[in-house]
Amino acid sequence: MAKILDDTPKPTVKDRLNKALDDVQGSQAWSSIFRPGSIFRKGYTDSPRNRSYVIMNSVLYHLHPVKVKRHAVKVSYTLCLGGLSFFLFILLTVTGIFLMFFYRPTDVQAWNDISNLQTSVTFGLLVRNMHRWGAHLMVLSVFLHMARVFYHGAYKPPREFNWVIGVVLLMLTLLLSFTGYLLPWDQLALWAVTVGTNMMGYSPVIGTQVRFVLLGGKEIGGDTLLRWYVLHVLMLPFVIVIFMAIHFWRVRKDGGISGPL
Amino acid sequence: MTEIPEHLLKRAQAAREKAAAESGASEAAAAAPAGGASDEAAADPRIPAHLLERSKARKAQSESSGGGGVAVQEKVASVVTAAPAGGGVPVGAGPGGHTQRLLTVVKSGSIQDVKASPVDKVHTWPHLLAAEFVAALACLSFTFFFSIFVNAPLLEEANINKTPNPSKAPWYFLGLQELLTMFHPMVAGVTIPGVGLVALILAPYIDKNPSNKPEDRKFATSLMTVHLMFWAVLVIIGSFFRGPGFNFTLPWRDGIFFEL
Repeated sequence: MAKILDDTPKPTVKDRLNKALDDVQGSQAWSSIFRPGSIFRKGYTDSPRNRSYVIMNSVLYHLHPVKVKRHAVKVSYTLCLGGLSFFLFILLTVTGIFLMFFYRPTDVQAWNDISNLQTSVTFGLLVRNMHRWGAHLMVLSVFLHMARVFYHGAYKPPREFNWVIGVVLLMLTLLLSFTGYLLPWDQLALWAVTVGTNMMGYSPVIGTQVRFVLLGGKEIGGDTLLRWYVLHVLMLPFVIVIFMAIHFWRVRKDGGISGPL
Repeated sequence: MTEIPEHLLKRAQAAREKAAAESGASEAAAAAPAGGASDEAAADPRIPAHLLERSKARKAQSESSGGGGVAVQEKVASVVTAAPAGGGVPVGAGPGGHTQRLLTVVKSGSIQDVKASPVDKVHTWPHLLAAEFVAALACLSFTFFFSIFVNAPLLEEANINKTPNPSKAPWYFLGLQELLTMFHPMVAGVTIPGVGLVALILAPYIDKNPSNKPEDRKFATSLMTVHLMFWAVLVIIGSFFRGPGFNFTLPWRDGIFFEL
């Protein structure tokens, strides 16, 4: 009996891998996730049309236009400071949510929780460090962003109001940092906040009332801790996200970032 | 049936009359022989004299430099003039045997109002997104590695009865705390920062200078630099040059009394 000879060469490992990749990328599930033009879609080629689709057909379209001014992508113009402030906010949100799992805002438990977090929770110390240093970095980057915008004259018409929102965002960043400062409930936190809120008490007419409301009493204590915790993890982030949304939206509505000089 | 507005009817009537008059005129023109085209073209009244002059000058220039020619009226006339096939005017040919006519010269901006001049733009992907991604990654890795090597401070548990010496506010408020040593609390804690903040918010409405060129904004730039330096110096003094009792110290002599 004649043997049937199969002349086709055996597929190599590379061929098999390519086929597997094609099968995955060609599957219905895959193409339902990545919209046309996505760089992860099967057969993506680098063409002007696809470059447009990468933005236009993705959630990034809420943040970025399809095209930006050529000078706007120069790192030496923006130093990425606005974008980095936003990125640090996201980083702080992620690390902050992690910390919330291990923290109870009462004067009896707060310090012990942080102490336990550092010694007994996997990556607890690292995440707390990242949250703290990230917060200081964010204050710095927001501040430098403001200086950059000023020196470029980028607050001039039509961007006046976006500058005002930016100043509000700077204040909110400082408040977020300041409210977070109290939460470890150590001597540093307690006395830094004491000094800070004493300054607030000097405001005319409303000073003492504002201080009373913020501290939840005449002196810093357990009530203050709860109050500032809620401000720090819920109210201020909520407010700052709204202002950030308006800020980013206005950047685009005012014709992209300013310049060139 | 819809009623046709009176002014439209009038306009249509006028157009019809005009068309009738013109068709009479063109019949008369068609009767004229098509010869002598180039003579006619040279003095063609439909092309404004200054445009002809300009195109002639360009032609002379390009010929002397040997570059590519510009289609000039004379040339067109000599080339395009169709040899009358049967003595009559070829189908589709205009007056003088031209197959193309200059109908009108539209100056730029007379019909379209060009408001925005084209801007040099690049695609967000990959140019902007790649830069943002790298910046975010660099920022993340800096924070990550810094956090591995430097621990956030955690002093002993808060004790309301034990005041540390010195007691300092967070670093971004140390400028204010520094001011408190110099002025009445009302001035240092409210007036100065309040005025600073209001001035900052109102900056775009105070600064009427429309230019964003650094050379046109020397005053604004100087003022902002003085403002920023004012706070930066105060923060640095408050952070590193204030020791027990918030008295002045030298960090290299007495050490640093500062926790981040």
